[in-house]
Amino acid sequence: MKFSEVWLREWVNPELNRDDLLQQLTMAGLEVDGVEPVAEPFTGVVVGAIEACAAHPDADKLSVCTVFDGNDRVQVVCGAPNARPGLVTAFATVGAVLPEGFKIKKAKLRGVESFGMLCSAQELGLGDAHAGIMELPQDWQPGADLAVAMALEDVTVDVDLTPNRGDCLSLRGIAREVGVLNNLPVAYPVVTPVAAESEATFPVSLHAPQGCPRYLGRVIEGIDLKRPTPYWMQERLRRCGLRSIDPVVDVTNYVLIELGQPMHAFDLQQLNEGIVVRQAHAGEQLTLLDGQQVDLDADTLLITDANGPVAIAGVMGGERSGVQADTTDVFLECAFFAPLSVAGTARRYGLHTDASHRYERGVDFELQAMAMERATELLLEIVGGQPGPVVESVAAEHLPKLESVRLRQARLAELLGVDIAAEQVDEAFARLDFNVVDRTATEQGVEWQILPPSHRFDIALEADLVEEVCRIYGYNNIPSKQPLTHLELRSVPLEKSGDAALKGHLAADGFQEVITYSFIDPKLQDLLDPAVEPVALANPMSSEQSVMRTNMLPGLVDALLGNRARQQDSARLFELGLTFVPVDGGLLQEQTVGGLLWGRRAAEAWHADAETVDFFDAKGVVDGLLAWAGLAGVSYERVEDHVLHPGQSANIVLNGNRIGRVGRLHPEIENRLGIDGVYVFELAAAAVQQKPRRVFRGVSRYPSVRRDFAIVVDRAVTAAQVEATVTQAVGEILVDFRLFDVYQGKGIDSNEKSLAIGLTLQSQAATLTEEEINQYTDAAVSALQGAVQARLR
Amino acid sequence: MDTQSILKKAEAAVGDASDLRALDDVRVAYLGKKGELTALLKGLGQLDPKERPKAGALINEAKAALQDAIDARKASLEAEQLSQSLAQDAVDITLPGRRRNQGGLHPVTQGMQRIEEIFVGAGYGVVAGPEIENDYYNFEALNIPAHHPARAMHDTFYFGDGMLLRTHTSPSQVHTMEEQEPPIRVICPGRVYRRDSDLTHSPMFHQVEGLVVDRGISFADLKGTVIDFLRKFFEKELQVRFRPSYFPFTEPSAEVDVQCVHCMGEGCRVCSHTGWLEVMGCGLVHPNVLSMSGIDPEEYSGFAFGFGGDRLAMLLYEVDDLRLFFENDVRFLKQFN
Repeated sequence: MKFSEVWLREWVNPELNRDDLLQQLTMAGLEVDGVEPVAEPFTGVVVGAIEACAAHPDADKLSVCTVFDGNDRVQVVCGAPNARPGLVTAFATVGAVLPEGFKIKKAKLRGVESFGMLCSAQELGLGDAHAGIMELPQDWQPGADLAVAMALEDVTVDVDLTPNRGDCLSLRGIAREVGVLNNLPVAYPVVTPVAAESEATFPVSLHAPQGCPRYLGRVIEGIDLKRPTPYWMQERLRRCGLRSIDPVVDVTNYVLIELGQPMHAFDLQQLNEGIVVRQAHAGEQLTLLDGQQVDLDADTLLITDANGPVAIAGVMGGERSGVQADTTDVFLECAFFAPLSVAGTARRYGLHTDASHRYERGVDFELQAMAMERATELLLEIVGGQPGPVVESVAAEHLPKLESVRLRQARLAELLGVDIAAEQVDEAFARLDFNVVDRTATEQGVEWQILPPSHRFDIALEADLVEEVCRIYGYNNIPSKQPLTHLELRSVPLEKSGDAALKGHLAADGFQEVITYSFIDPKLQDLLDPAVEPVALANPMSSEQSVMRTNMLPGLVDALLGNRARQQDSARLFELGLTFVPVDGGLLQEQTVGGLLWGRRAAEAWHADAETVDFFDAKGVVDGLLAWAGLAGVSYERVEDHVLHPGQSANIVLNGNRIGRVGRLHPEIENRLGIDGVYVFELAAAAVQQKPRRVFRGVSRYPSVRRDFAIVVDRAVTAAQVEATVTQAVGEILVDFRLFDVYQGKGIDSNEKSLAIGLTLQSQAATLTEEEINQYTDAAVSALQGAVQARLR
Repeated sequence: MDTQSILKKAEAAVGDASDLRALDDVRVAYLGKKGELTALLKGLGQLDPKERPKAGALINEAKAALQDAIDARKASLEAEQLSQSLAQDAVDITLPGRRRNQGGLHPVTQGMQRIEEIFVGAGYGVVAGPEIENDYYNFEALNIPAHHPARAMHDTFYFGDGMLLRTHTSPSQVHTMEEQEPPIRVICPGRVYRRDSDLTHSPMFHQVEGLVVDRGISFADLKGTVIDFLRKFFEKELQVRFRPSYFPFTEPSAEVDVQCVHCMGEGCRVCSHTGWLEVMGCGLVHPNVLSMSGIDPEEYSGFAFGFGGDRLAMLLYEVDDLRLFFENDVRFLKQFN
């Protein structure tokens, strides 16, 4: 809501300078969002009267005017079509400085001397309204400083109003609020009813009274739209952010700004039979004032005549019935539309108008009569005409009901945390113009029954009254204290680790956390999870952010590509966040941890070699994470994964359940991305955030022994098979199994490989004898011979 | 040769020994089984028995003297050798050390963890919730029915089936009130989404919601908590002011401005020369919201507050562009490790 400070001060003028006044509004919840001077500064411009006007001898479009500047009569050459004798206008004298530093000098135009310049509003930085030089009121004194005469020491204030303050969407509302804040009376404009001069009326029926419980109509015949909107109205509208269109629109806009009541004017000649306010029928269409044609849905409240829709109620009028330059008879509409009937509509059609903005927040339902008289009065003043009587159609039972609301002083104290004297509450309600219908002193303090005024039909609960009292009392006058509470201890889960611990582990393992968008490019999504159809946003901001990620890879890969483009030679990134996977009849939103490794294993240094990471770096990170979590019984299983390298990827399986995967991106995907050697892992966060309870298992007092041997096995035999075989054969005496070398090459058949194994044996009960040691080692070897056809090397 | 001459010769040899091996050769030559002094001792038997004790004592004195000289020389040679070997093993201590890759947490995470730590320290629980929500939890249950103008304050991402990306962490309030009985003290940190993107808005950002419900919770309690939090978070005795505002799920509602942490209120670029920073919204929980979640508003009252985790992290770490948080440039991220 934009308004002019000078206009506001005509209604209520507290002894506050501009900054303090605006600060007061902000602190009262009417947040001042912008303050713009209404004019760029200029000097040397006065009110000038054109006394004579002759054609320029050598130029068709120029005229030579005699301008009276209050002291002298000077010759000025002017190119404006509206320069004429008798016009009072803006005159920049020689030496004047216009906005943007433009200096006025004595000049010769096509051989004729000119001592100054007659100015348009645009040239003075006063908006872009109309061509030609300014048309100022006839009674302004030539020679008067124009900036003073126009009260240009003014600002346009933009207040950002919260949706509950529909009552402040007018100068009347802002003035009322300023009056309340400063405890000052407000000089509202006196609106006197305009008597009918004709019998002319136009019938109105309310067929949707819940949406439109009140509709005032008035016919005005014989208006002259050739007459311009007066300067003062144009200027006020401009200072409130509205452009002058024509006198009828200007008047309805003026009433909208002044009183907060949206109105609409129809060309009476274009209306047929009568107005019916009703819901739309399926299939109906309407061409709006702005030229766009809309298909109407049945939830839309319409103003119609015998030929169909003429306006979307409270939103926008139709083209067919709109006022035109040659309109002579108008039908003025001034209605109360229920907020709910307008709210959805404007949004559905993408039409946000000044009218819909007010109706959806709630217009004072007792304002219509005053607004109609005000509009009539202004319109007659400008374009003349004969008004008919105001005809009101009303469905009283559907008008908002004002009901009194109880406020208990004890409850007020409890909710605000401070005792407020009953007299202070009385005063607050008096200032707010809230009617105290009952006031009873009880043992717990005073109880009020409050009837709010019609412009505050948001007041329905005790909490609403508490807020009003709090606002008037001053939020910053309420004391601050710490809540008193029961010191109940928080439980700390024994078998679960939090997000911070998980992130901390990965950070300590050399990974940099990233935070990437949960919505991603469908192309990247398809590349990195072709098997899953992602959830798509209905209204994305861009196609690059239009589907929800189903795994953590797209964000990590995207972050990698960005960093590689920024000349990084390695990356170790991780992210913890939700993935969104559609499942039968629902959606799985699962916290997932993903990581990515690429590039050099170690930063370039005098002691480091230049090797790049491989599968076992990624697997090592996962191993470390699982060890950190304390998870036993995890296995890596080879799996066909469309996204990962078939020979360098594995599912991570815990007790038969897949909890994640690790591997290199599939070479085809690496090709598509134009990057090489990208290793990733993903784990269900919940799986690694379980923390099996640790209990002490004892430490042997007896020495351990180590026996190493090498075996030759078929190349297809896996390390896991060998370990499982040995572990089972040796039993719990085996405290450490170490596969410390893998050899393929000279001396070994090309279908075979040599594995070097170290067994650490230790008993909890005794020092192992040489004989026992040999027994265990032999058991291991013979088990390997049986299970994987191993032979000692 | 007499004892003294031998000793002199031996002492000279000790002095000439340039390393431990040469020194040991000297020891063997004089004190060994076949050494010269040992030989003298062996020759005592041929002397007059009367002279034997005296001569024996002389020889033994000489042996002891020589042994002392050898020991001293040995110590000196050893010290010399050690110092040589130390010099040999010296490294350029200014070469960089071997270190593991250094990782770190995203600055937003660090800010959020700081926030959590402050509240957890005061006994608040931390709850999380889904990011794809239904209309009920994001709006209806928060007193924002369909068509409510307040919905225009939330530029919402929809999925077309009544589901949406949560526009605030406030739905967690509702989940919490449905699941827990008062007294309730929780914060709900998490990602939220709005259709908005510029210098200070990202379509995805982080919010922390706080909720306290108990008997006798007042606006004064809310103010105390909020002021305390801001001062603890920034470790500065900041001025804080409350302005009336509107959120459908709280009443009274307030916007909170904090004295600019950058210029301490003098006016600067960060605070647009106002001296104040708008940092959060808050209020007493609306009685309708309590009722909808099964809590009797006559018996209990509560307060709620919500603020941007990214916003506070920006202020704490003096980051001037929100978008930096989501570009994941490691040169940026590592500045906070």
